[in-house]
Amino acid sequence: MSVSQAQPVVTAMPPHKVLTQSRERRREARFGLGMIALSVILVAVFTAGPILASFVLSFFSWDVISSPKFVGINNYKRVVSDSSVLHSLAVTLGLGIAIVVLQIVFGLILAVLVNQRRGNTSRVFFRTAFYLPLLASSAAVSIFMGYLFDAKFGVINYYLGLIGISNVPWLTTPIGAMVTVVLVAVWQQTGFTFVLFVAALMSVPTDVLEAAQIDGAGPFRTLLRIKIPLISPTILFAAVVAMINSMQLFDQPYIMTAGGPGNATTTMPIVMYRAGFQNLQFGFGSAIAILLLAVILAITGLQFLAARKLVFYQ
Amino acid sequence: MSVTAAPRPQSAKKVGGYIGLVVLILAAMVALGPLLWTVTTSLRTPAEAFQNPPQWLPLKPDFSNYSAVFKQLPIARFFVNSVIVTGLIVVGQTITCTLSGYAFALIRFPGKNAIFGAFLATMMVPLQTIIIPVFIIIRTLGLSDTLLSLVIPALGSAFGTFLMRQYFMQMPKELGEAARVDGASQFQVFSKVYARMAAPAIATLAILNFSGFWAEFYRPLIFLQSQSNFTLPLGLVGLKGNLGTGSISVVLAGVVLAMVPSVLLFIFAQRYFIEGITAGSSR
Repeated sequence: MSVSQAQPVVTAMPPHKVLTQSRERRREARFGLGMIALSVILVAVFTAGPILASFVLSFFSWDVISSPKFVGINNYKRVVSDSSVLHSLAVTLGLGIAIVVLQIVFGLILAVLVNQRRGNTSRVFFRTAFYLPLLASSAAVSIFMGYLFDAKFGVINYYLGLIGISNVPWLTTPIGAMVTVVLVAVWQQTGFTFVLFVAALMSVPTDVLEAAQIDGAGPFRTLLRIKIPLISPTILFAAVVAMINSMQLFDQPYIMTAGGPGNATTTMPIVMYRAGFQNLQFGFGSAIAILLLAVILAITGLQFLAARKLVFYQ
Repeated sequence: MSVTAAPRPQSAKKVGGYIGLVVLILAAMVALGPLLWTVTTSLRTPAEAFQNPPQWLPLKPDFSNYSAVFKQLPIARFFVNSVIVTGLIVVGQTITCTLSGYAFALIRFPGKNAIFGAFLATMMVPLQTIIIPVFIIIRTLGLSDTLLSLVIPALGSAFGTFLMRQYFMQMPKELGEAARVDGASQFQVFSKVYARMAAPAIATLAILNFSGFWAEFYRPLIFLQSQSNFTLPLGLVGLKGNLGTGSISVVLAGVVLAMVPSVLLFIFAQRYFIEGITAGSSR
């Protein structure tokens, strides 16, 4: 064990001291392992183990009632040829990218504008206003947004009607439903990127900004050339976290549109839920779940690759 | 150079400032409008609920929806269920993550980096990837359709451990060494010295967990079957389905009730919410 390997360094000390020190080290090691034991057991049983189990299950056919049957890569063959799974992958990627891009653009604009406000009261007011949607559960949000976006009676179409846009079929057409799901998710989650960007902008050193001003850079140039590059690590972090979350989009489409109309808003998590928990195809469901994990890992990898060129580390 | 540049920024700045303010006010209306509509509609009679233009301020608030939601649904039951599930998870994770976060930050033991690396690796894994095996474990333990099925798998957390570790890492090692010289045991150093200093991080973790698990829909949908075991989000979605559009005011009264604890907590502990979000980004 590595505990005893460190000993030769201290051989200059008197023997009894070496002995107490190594005993002390062993005691510390035992204490440390005891402290992490609960977390390690729980994470191993309920997270790490299930990841491996999902992988193993994806090579079996199992309906919970009869015993599992090994089917090789049949589930994966089915995943890549099943049009509903492939369609859901496209839906998840499309909705996810739209949600993340809008969330970052809006979050950034609002953060920059709030940071420019001098008054403390207005800062607190806007910060609270943009944070509040995050406090509601996405189930609750999906319920009231479903009413607001109602094509006939909804408040949104009422106001659009006043400016001459009437009867927008928000939830009743495929495109409308996709747009609605994106808008609702962006409405709720922009507070997350906003808070991140406000904190990052506050840490931009003022002497850099003053130097830019002295050199004659206007506010827009300062934003593009100095502020955004300086907070680009935070933008990367926001993009990675938001994308991982968006790839798991379930509550809003499940509650507002039940994945429809047709399969327009059927995301991969919805397809996986139906396969696993409605049709009780645990093997096939696991294969979809593993594909989702692979897609998330690939996208995160791509984001970090792109970041090599775009992110500016001080 | 600065002489010619001076007039432009002055006037441009003012105009830019006004445009910025207008954009912020519009954005605040978009952010708050749906919430305000939800609250005001919950205070109107069901007959007036779909009235357009909406009355943004109810002149004579009607609280009957709030008593109706208690009559038509076991909403008190849902509320208690949510309190039990969220409360147990918050307390459990506070304990497990503080213990392990401390050890990963300040204690030397074999295999530390490998185990911590494995923790980090699990953080990117979506819930969908582990849900089927967790469901099987729950069934095997005989916990199907119980509140404990939501609690037990959530008592440990790689993210929570990570969050606490980051906080303990900033603390000086010398404090513990001094306490050891004074005769404190290993555990006393943790409980009497470091854990007390970690109170802000513990508050951040507790609040993140509260808002996350209070709002949770996916696991309850899969793990719970009987209505008497439903948590609030699951119960409310069921309510919407059962009542149809006829009494949306009643549904919205339930939505408002479900949001009250989060909003109250936010008012009193705003800074921990903000810290919870920004803590992760400083990796």
